[in-house]
Amino acid sequence: MRVVEKRAKISRREFMVTSGAAAFIVTNIAVINTEEAWALEVKALKPGTMRTLILVARDIYPHDRLADKYYAAAVMGYDEGAQKDATLKNLIEMGISGLDLRSRDKHHKPYAEVAKEEDRVAMLREIEGTQFFQKIRSGLVVGLYNNKEVWPLMGYEGSSWEQGGYIHRGFNDLDWL
Amino acid sequence: MSAPYSLDDGSVVVIVGSGAGGGTLGTELALKGIDTVVLEAGSRNEIEDFINDEWASFQQLAWKDLRTTSGTWRVHHDFPNLPAWIVKSVGGSTVHWAGASLRFQEHEFKARTTYGDTPGANLLDWPITLQELEPYYEKAEFMMGVTRTNDIPGLPGNNNFKVLEAGAKKLGYQTVHTGRMAINSQPRDGRGSCQQIGFCFQGCKSGAKWSTLYAVLPKGEATGKLEVRPNSQVLRIEHDAKGLVTGVVYADADGNQHRQRARIVCVAGNSIESPRLLLNSASNMFPDGLANSSGQVGRNYMRHTTGSVYAIFDKPVHMYRGTTMAGIVQDEASNNPARGFVGGYELETLSLGLPFMAAFLDPGSWGRDFSSALDKYDHMAGLWIVGEDMPQETNRVTLHASDKDQYGMAVPNVNFDDHRNDDAMRKHAYKQASALYEAVGAVRTFHTPPYPSTHNLGTNRMSADAKDGVLNKWGQTHDVKNLFVSDGSQFTSGGAENPTLTIVSLAIRQADYVADQMSKGEI
Repeated sequence: MRVVEKRAKISRREFMVTSGAAAFIVTNIAVINTEEAWALEVKALKPGTMRTLILVARDIYPHDRLADKYYAAAVMGYDEGAQKDATLKNLIEMGISGLDLRSRDKHHKPYAEVAKEEDRVAMLREIEGTQFFQKIRSGLVVGLYNNKEVWPLMGYEGSSWEQGGYIHRGFNDLDWL
Repeated sequence: MSAPYSLDDGSVVVIVGSGAGGGTLGTELALKGIDTVVLEAGSRNEIEDFINDEWASFQQLAWKDLRTTSGTWRVHHDFPNLPAWIVKSVGGSTVHWAGASLRFQEHEFKARTTYGDTPGANLLDWPITLQELEPYYEKAEFMMGVTRTNDIPGLPGNNNFKVLEAGAKKLGYQTVHTGRMAINSQPRDGRGSCQQIGFCFQGCKSGAKWSTLYAVLPKGEATGKLEVRPNSQVLRIEHDAKGLVTGVVYADADGNQHRQRARIVCVAGNSIESPRLLLNSASNMFPDGLANSSGQVGRNYMRHTTGSVYAIFDKPVHMYRGTTMAGIVQDEASNNPARGFVGGYELETLSLGLPFMAAFLDPGSWGRDFSSALDKYDHMAGLWIVGEDMPQETNRVTLHASDKDQYGMAVPNVNFDDHRNDDAMRKHAYKQASALYEAVGAVRTFHTPPYPSTHNLGTNRMSADAKDGVLNKWGQTHDVKNLFVSDGSQFTSGGAENPTLTIVSLAIRQADYVADQMSKGEI
């Protein structure tokens, strides 16, 4: 049966996910991911806000096999949006700072430094009904899962007609029943 | 006279919509030599324009004009402005349909007599019987090239079907096969055979799947008696002092309005736009909407008892490879009240791509419980439940009290609540489908709620008596004899079957009647 290779993750990923602070550096103009070697310039939002937003995105739809860069790709559009739309900028800044406030209250550290996913998710559940959370969540449905680079990692092969469909590419090759 | 027709040509038949009903009717009339104009709201996207990409295709083809919803149905909660996923493009929903072509069962034409007086349900028998429609079912199956009819072989089963078949057999189901599909299993009618592309919902790139866009309309156009005018959204139907329709007003791509005169008007805009058009055509003579003396225009909206079940296995399935819906279990389609509900349901294979799965598997859901399911996307198999839902007067399309569209016309609101019978049927179907998949090793199953409706029916229903419905047995409105309805809004009951074959059959039959009536000078 023809299977789709979903590139294996390095084992350090598990460690990195639960102590996300180790991979990220926040400067006054950018978010840098040292482990994955990418940087994201942030113009309208605070870089710290963007860094936390990337983690919130992962906590909403956690896939251990997906590198941070895919979550960053899913939310970086909010910075561009915030450049043009003051209401959006406010919504995101207030949403993240509200989350950090909650986090300092409960865990004595900002959201991005809380080590356990379940602790972070518990805080997200508390704000589940808010406009901020719903906007981020619904945006991720497309931002994360409509990314063509993510598809093969999830075992989805995308456009098919130009490759002649699946008639010769395993449409009925299931062999375990 | 021949196409293209002048706006002032009042001798033409004007058809609103180019889908299964409007497209079929248009070509049938043209083949009989009748001058016909089909006004299609959408653009003319052809096969080369289709995109194998779920969201991009949705942007290209879907009807996205503002609609509102109300009622307790989950669609109102999760997709408040998307009650239906249908097509705004030449070919209508035959562009994105999956191809399932089933005949209604005999008792489904007699829903009231068979199911009895079901409280809360506005059940009614059709004014036609299966026997009367059978010759037209035969014509439609031949025209569309339905597999398992006319010596056309069934399609081969894909991976998703293999799982369905194995599970069905374990449960003891007897009627399991790759469906009666209007998809070429071998070259036919100048179109190639299925390449198992797997993007049936995004327009068939091989043309193997039947659609009025490329399998029907060009044949009408070739006669010179059919003009298909895209980007022409009909806003209002006009009538004279005698109460006969005289033409339609439509908006073109730039938003400029034009009046196309007509001898006869046939409305085929699918079950939200069609009643909306009649309601928006209210006048002093027809204060409740055109042809609405019964008050039933917009009412009895049905969307089938639907829902999906997706199952995760330990081994890969790749259900997205190949046809989206060539697989069916028919054992539960009969009427068997011992199960706790009237009417039956079909179980049909279904696949969504990753982007749509993320959106529709469990709308609103998040966290590891949800993401762990998507982690197993390529280990999923899936099916769709298609069951007979109860017509209810309160399930209806009405004009929004204040919201207007880009042309200043009141937008439609779709109000819907499940009937007790719908709930009971859905529960039963979810349980059976989970059992089917668990019988062959599913480790996890999901009961996915109904999507924005792809089957939309009943809002201008046929009735023997003018007080019970909008149309007579020919789809001719009771109130206005040169006004017809030609789409699924005609349906008096929803049956347990996908509607397209019945819509096409009714259109072929309606063409015979319209031509006959025209030749006698009746209309």
